[in-house]
Amino acid sequence: MTTVPGARRDGSARETILARVREALRVPAPMPHLKSHAPAPATPGPRGLPQLTVLPEQAARPWLPDGGETPDEQLSILVENLGKLRALVHRVPDLTAAADLVGTLARERDWKQVAWHDHPLVAPLRAGIPCGTYEVRPHAFDKSALEACDAGITACEALVAQTGSILVSSATCGGRALSILPHVHVVVATCDQIVGTLGDALHFCQARADGRMPSMLSFITGPSRTGDIERILVLGAHGPKELVVILVG
Amino acid sequence: MSTQSIPAATTEPAGPARGAKKRFLHDAAEHVRDTGHRAFVRKALGGYYTSRDAQKSRYRDWEQARDAASLAKWSAVNRLDELLPRFVAAFEANGGVVHWARDADEARTIVLALLRDAKARAVIKSKCMTSEEIHLNAAMEHDGYGVVESDLGEFIQQLRGEPPYHFVFPCMHVRREEISDLFGKHLGTPPTDSPEELTMIARRHMRRLYVEADVGITGANFLVAETGQISITENEGNARLTAALPRVHIAISGIEKVVERLDDLSVLLPMLATAGAGQPMTCYNTLYAGPRRDGETDGPEAMHLVLLDNQRSAILADPEQRDSLHCIRCGACLNVCPIFKNVGGFTYGTTYQGPIGSVITPHLRGLADWNHLSGASSLCGACTDACPVRIDIHHHLLQNRRNAARTAPNRWERLGHRAFVAVASRPWVFATGGAIARRMLGLLTWLRPPVLRDWLATRDLPRAPARSFRDQWSRR
Repeated sequence: MTTVPGARRDGSARETILARVREALRVPAPMPHLKSHAPAPATPGPRGLPQLTVLPEQAARPWLPDGGETPDEQLSILVENLGKLRALVHRVPDLTAAADLVGTLARERDWKQVAWHDHPLVAPLRAGIPCGTYEVRPHAFDKSALEACDAGITACEALVAQTGSILVSSATCGGRALSILPHVHVVVATCDQIVGTLGDALHFCQARADGRMPSMLSFITGPSRTGDIERILVLGAHGPKELVVILVG
Repeated sequence: MSTQSIPAATTEPAGPARGAKKRFLHDAAEHVRDTGHRAFVRKALGGYYTSRDAQKSRYRDWEQARDAASLAKWSAVNRLDELLPRFVAAFEANGGVVHWARDADEARTIVLALLRDAKARAVIKSKCMTSEEIHLNAAMEHDGYGVVESDLGEFIQQLRGEPPYHFVFPCMHVRREEISDLFGKHLGTPPTDSPEELTMIARRHMRRLYVEADVGITGANFLVAETGQISITENEGNARLTAALPRVHIAISGIEKVVERLDDLSVLLPMLATAGAGQPMTCYNTLYAGPRRDGETDGPEAMHLVLLDNQRSAILADPEQRDSLHCIRCGACLNVCPIFKNVGGFTYGTTYQGPIGSVITPHLRGLADWNHLSGASSLCGACTDACPVRIDIHHHLLQNRRNAARTAPNRWERLGHRAFVAVASRPWVFATGGAIARRMLGLLTWLRPPVLRDWLATRDLPRAPARSFRDQWSRR
């Protein structure tokens, strides 16, 4: 990468901005007016400011929307939330049944080309696909070929009961474009990938990444949508018009 | 104060624009008379109230969630000196490149240099209010880059040649028939009155552009210091595509967007969605940590982040109003504001409209020219109640009024106050003055002096009582 003229001036801009920030913060600001009666976490931090954010191990957050305690509760909350978001949820006993289901979807919707990526949950589904397939691979990625696909099948990192979100990553779910460019996004997941809350999903990724996050992590909450025209909800703005979740097991 | 060399894009004809205040008053009066438009905007917001309340009720304790969101932002903004360098170090360790911009001019120069360096021909953008703030599109077009806004609302506004009407719902003031005509004119599509069909027209038009663009420009909603990721919130999937397909990804963000820990997002993301659009979560909440990594299938070769100060450090230096930097740009305060609903988004003439815009614009662009926005409030406090991060918005508007009176006192106002003190502290002058005023009141309605003509055009003066209150009291 060649030197950017803007970057040459960086040194002074960085110093100027950081100096302004340090100078600005010399006078402390009052705490916000809190309305709830929750005990304020007020362990003094290194600079005397209270440490306010909740530590991960205390992150139950019993005031956010409920994500359920037991796996059964989490499953039923997840399915309910996905339904409200107008995602299609299918539960199948095993991957053979999942392959049959993908085959049925492909025939019903007249898919000509389906994109996939190499993953233990995704690869076996190819057996059921009655049309052409395109595999996204490192060093051989062709965005025009992917754009021509009707559907993309991916795995996911986790499913979040609390919000009905599906967490995908660029490392394990076929990169960045596979889950957003094709018109239909099919997610294959096992029931033990369901977690209660957004916090649980983030902690799971953090623990697994071991200090080096994948270049993209995305919470997908329902099919792509817009309300830009007269605030009327329309599904399928730029991303997938349909989101199909196949839960195995 | 950074100089805004490129004038703020406004839809209203510049005309004999003698300052922002004059234009505000003119546009507000115009807009208030347009009852059809006001009804349309109210109707568009009607659905928002319903879905926001439905989603709020899913929180087991919304007030406590607001406390947590407010504390997360408070502790980050008040440690920005420590967290900003920490974020930058982590982001650079992820392979991203950071560029610091003191003001709008510097930010534009940096982005244009990056475009030159990338040998860009086509640029695709997703919604980014900081780019509106620095008037980036005009600068890019001036340098010959074709740039397309991919967010549906922003795309419509780009075709209309207008800035966003509302910083979250950019084209909420436009009727579907107008959009149909607009698409017919620019894209040659047949007329339709279906919002769905109109959305599909934009979808089909945009897909090729994502694939062809060399550079994608996005904003950023949060910068996570702990992990060096930037978080982008959107519904349409256009930001995801913008950060996936082009060779180079440039994000532009204000320096105040830093949060300390990744875990903070498990409160802030759902709060942003619920307060902003009445959703449980916005459709795509995406964290980016640099360009494509080895072993990943796709993604840009390079990722740049422009960190913009542009007077944010001046707000930071005001401890009383520092919390206005907690703003997560959800737009809830606009949606509930009686002034916004009556004067409309364009009247403000600012990048950030509504109550929060009225608080920060005087800091960003000068109190002398923008103090009139502090008066664009009924002080009802609806904005403060709606704010998911508990910014004390309506009190800040009062503080701006006070500060303006301190820095640039109005001579006439002062003279008036002195005269009032002189009269009120002498009972006989007060009584005589009152008697004269009671008799003159009817005369004013009849004479209509030029000073009062505008005021009297829409109001009736009250009929004066025959006897003063003091008189009536003493006779009891």
